[in-house]
Amino acid sequence: MAATAHDHHVKESFITKYLFSQDHKMIAKQFLVTAIFMAIVAVMLSIFFRIQLAWPGESNSTLAFFLGDWAPDGVLDRSMYLGLVTIHGTIMVFFVLTGGLSGTFSNLLIPLQLGARDMASGLLNMISYWLFFLSSVIMLASLFVETGPAAAGWTVYPPLSVYEQTMPGSGMGMTLWLTSMTIFIASSLLGSLNYVVTVLNLRTKGMKMTRMPLTIWAFFITAVLGILSFPVLVSAVVLMLMDRTLGTSFYINDAIVGTEILEQSGGSPILYEHLFWFLGHPEVYIVLLPALGLTSEIVSTNSRKPIFGYRAMIGSILAIGFLSFIVWGHHMFLTGMNPFLGGVFVFTTLLIAIPSAVKVFNYITTLWKGSIRYTPAMLFSIGLVSSFITGGITGIILADSTLDIPVHDTYFVVAHFHVVMGLSAIFGLFAGVYHWFPKMYGKMMNTKLGQTHFWLTFVSAYGVFFPMHFVGIGGAPRRYYDYSVYEGFDGNQFEMIMDLNVVISIFAIVAGFAQILFLINFFWSIWNGQKATENPWRANSLEWTTPVEHVHGNWPGELPEVHRWPYDYSKPGMDEDYVPQIVPLKEGEEDH
Amino acid sequence: MGSKVIILIVIILAIVAVAQLLKMYDAIVAVRGKREEDVDLKTNNLNATLFIVFMVVFFGSFFYLISEYGRGRMPIAASEHGVEIDWLYGINWVIVFTVYLLTNALLFIFAFRYRYKPGVKAFYYPHNNKLEMIWTVIPAAALAVIIILGLMTWNNIMGKASDDAVVVEIYAKQFDFTARYSGDDNKLGYSDYKLISNYADNSNPLGVVTQNNMDWRIFEIQQGILEADSLLKAVDEGKAILSKANYLKRVKESEKMARIETRIWNMKERFGDSVTVLANDDFYTKTQLFLVEDQEYSFVFRSQDVIHSAYFPHFRAQMNCVPGQRTTFKFKPTMTTAEMRKETNNPEFNYILLCNKICGKSHSMMNMPVYVGTQEEFDAWSDLEAGNVKPIVAADSLLVAAPHIVKPVVEESTNDHGGHH
Repeated sequence: MAATAHDHHVKESFITKYLFSQDHKMIAKQFLVTAIFMAIVAVMLSIFFRIQLAWPGESNSTLAFFLGDWAPDGVLDRSMYLGLVTIHGTIMVFFVLTGGLSGTFSNLLIPLQLGARDMASGLLNMISYWLFFLSSVIMLASLFVETGPAAAGWTVYPPLSVYEQTMPGSGMGMTLWLTSMTIFIASSLLGSLNYVVTVLNLRTKGMKMTRMPLTIWAFFITAVLGILSFPVLVSAVVLMLMDRTLGTSFYINDAIVGTEILEQSGGSPILYEHLFWFLGHPEVYIVLLPALGLTSEIVSTNSRKPIFGYRAMIGSILAIGFLSFIVWGHHMFLTGMNPFLGGVFVFTTLLIAIPSAVKVFNYITTLWKGSIRYTPAMLFSIGLVSSFITGGITGIILADSTLDIPVHDTYFVVAHFHVVMGLSAIFGLFAGVYHWFPKMYGKMMNTKLGQTHFWLTFVSAYGVFFPMHFVGIGGAPRRYYDYSVYEGFDGNQFEMIMDLNVVISIFAIVAGFAQILFLINFFWSIWNGQKATENPWRANSLEWTTPVEHVHGNWPGELPEVHRWPYDYSKPGMDEDYVPQIVPLKEGEEDH
Repeated sequence: MGSKVIILIVIILAIVAVAQLLKMYDAIVAVRGKREEDVDLKTNNLNATLFIVFMVVFFGSFFYLISEYGRGRMPIAASEHGVEIDWLYGINWVIVFTVYLLTNALLFIFAFRYRYKPGVKAFYYPHNNKLEMIWTVIPAAALAVIIILGLMTWNNIMGKASDDAVVVEIYAKQFDFTARYSGDDNKLGYSDYKLISNYADNSNPLGVVTQNNMDWRIFEIQQGILEADSLLKAVDEGKAILSKANYLKRVKESEKMARIETRIWNMKERFGDSVTVLANDDFYTKTQLFLVEDQEYSFVFRSQDVIHSAYFPHFRAQMNCVPGQRTTFKFKPTMTTAEMRKETNNPEFNYILLCNKICGKSHSMMNMPVYVGTQEEFDAWSDLEAGNVKPIVAADSLLVAAPHIVKPVVEESTNDHGGHH
């Protein structure tokens, strides 16, 4: 896009500026605020079902207040319990950690860090947000349907999700779920295409691929993963819609639902699982890679050191991206798949541990001999590295098909993916918000409050998910309304499960309330925060050369030219401990 | 209601309080000219130190949980391969715990050690290929060990059952399990979902294929169609009232059942006595799964409606039950229920089979007790006289005679409801 295209500053109306904006910075903020709202809903849902798990069958006024008829006398309805679990998972994975994380930061940072005026297509970008908004509204609306929301788990396996006779949530709620997801995927695809095109075509002069910040590398590969995997989910969803409405039998074979005998024959529910997890596993990295990318930038800036092993970090992102497509079968070891095929998936899955280990050690080495400033963003980044380690290693257990047998679909799995994917991505999201808030709103967030928020969140998050591993190893299946079944068979285990469930739920409630600190800080600072300076963190990348007040087109004059990589922190022979990318190489100075 | 109001008020007051504090804080900061991005030395040191405090608490609670809940809570494995799995777990835990403790410790210690100190400049250290090679190769080597050991055990567990394994079917539906034993011939009779019937005189909950069952199912379907037809006829004659939608629904239902009936007739022609006789010695039960100690079992899993999963935590065994498919898993129980009761010091202990794949409203209540005993106990238990199990084919004295059924003649279909009779 020519530099002159935006030289005239067009006066914008409220609607084109705040609602149907095509400016990537505004769209990023729209994604963020929508995702925050969705996250509040999802956290509340999780607190509701944690109350049931810790104090099963006890009347609870909170449940009665929020859920009304779904919690008669304050006791959560069995069907609604599954609905809460399902919608919590769906919102968190797709709407918060995909839409919220990728949508916010890819939009904000890709043009700013590459030196572009805007995304390749502002219009597609705007449509992407509004589709996201529409799908969010539909997903939330499904909570208010008379037969309840989709309740077959966030993976919505057929035939459970296909026939209303098997559970009430598979009626209208499921239709809304499928509609919402289809729109969401359209939004995600439009976004991803835009990100890829922008990264490939709109880099400013001197911004070679090997000079891009790791954030951009992460967003770029994330977008590629999304483009390749989300269409498969669309087909899975469309086939399911056909099974539900047209009586086809893609996923159905010789079944009786309720009292109705079906004629559908020759399909397979396992086909759906293959299609679902072909998206589902790359999805883990669609969630995780942006968080790791943001962290790379923040750890380097706040340690005042170059990120260690820049090329190895890029290599790891590429390797993780590639491998993520050939590991989906590890979700299906116990579906009766050929044991040899299971063995192949064990091998490919465990390979992912290698690039992941490289990333972890590179982060740790970046800290080594650094000069670390504990901004809230930095705290959350360290938290991310810790949760990435702690959650990653339990993945080694689950990837090993033999060890998976006794813990498959138990709380061990729930603990694993919440730590490695949930916590890491959420910490990444928080780190990103604290770090780039000055670029988004031109204000600073309160540091002390941010630090308090981190410590409360960090401690209570581990408090929730660390004991959960033990519940799982103790043999507690996930998606159980309560564990009374163990009471009659194995009292010892019942006692353990119940003890730990109380601990977990208390921490979950604390963690939920701790987020109020973030909300206050966020919304307070938008209007009342200290005015930001142009480059508050003394960072190198291009976004910190833009003016504090947003201008359409990002840079008022010429686009900046890039002369070096973004990680020249504490470089010997330099006056300052940072050298922005726009500073030309000195005589005789080597590029990284 | 009262408590809710109080909680709400407390939350609102807390938010107001934090907002007020922020206002005060901002005023003070403005007076001092301090910037948010400049974390002062004291705060920076505090946060760095907190990482060490956190590490101590984190590791402390880890060891506490291990000592309290780690071993002995899930009792020792009660199957042959379960012991192997537990052994493999042992090795993997050592690797996993080491990595967990070392890398987390490095992270937190560096976070503390390399906090900002006035006058100390960070060390410019962009890369070191040798180091990066080390932490590529070491994890790769450790993973090779994990993969090789894992796959060896995996192939053993998932391999073919031995010839003397006893075949038992676990049949899942919302929300219970049924166990079918293959009897003296150790072969399960064929089954087909179209034959599943809960018809009063001759119920066939597993859809097992026998001549008698096929006849009864056809009879049942014909009765149903007759009933439906007479209702529709009554509507046609104005003697009964049905909405248009309901009327069409019943017509469609009749047509469908007629097609299913045809398929059963075809099945009848296809399956001769050599097939249907397999089921003669099969027997089934819903009350409990009775296994014999040190006897290998080859389980076949089926499902009637949605995906379930048969999860035997104590035997370290699990397999999904998929509608329209047969899945298998084999294991050999090595400890009787009595021995396990002693082992766990719990006289009320029982093995259990749980459903471990979300399957609907009462998912968490879908289970079946499992009992492991001796061969003698099993023989006594499975004796038909004892009433614990039901035969697929009733003994002569109990046999309900096959109903009289006639195969409908398929005409050129011109009549209205389903071209039937």
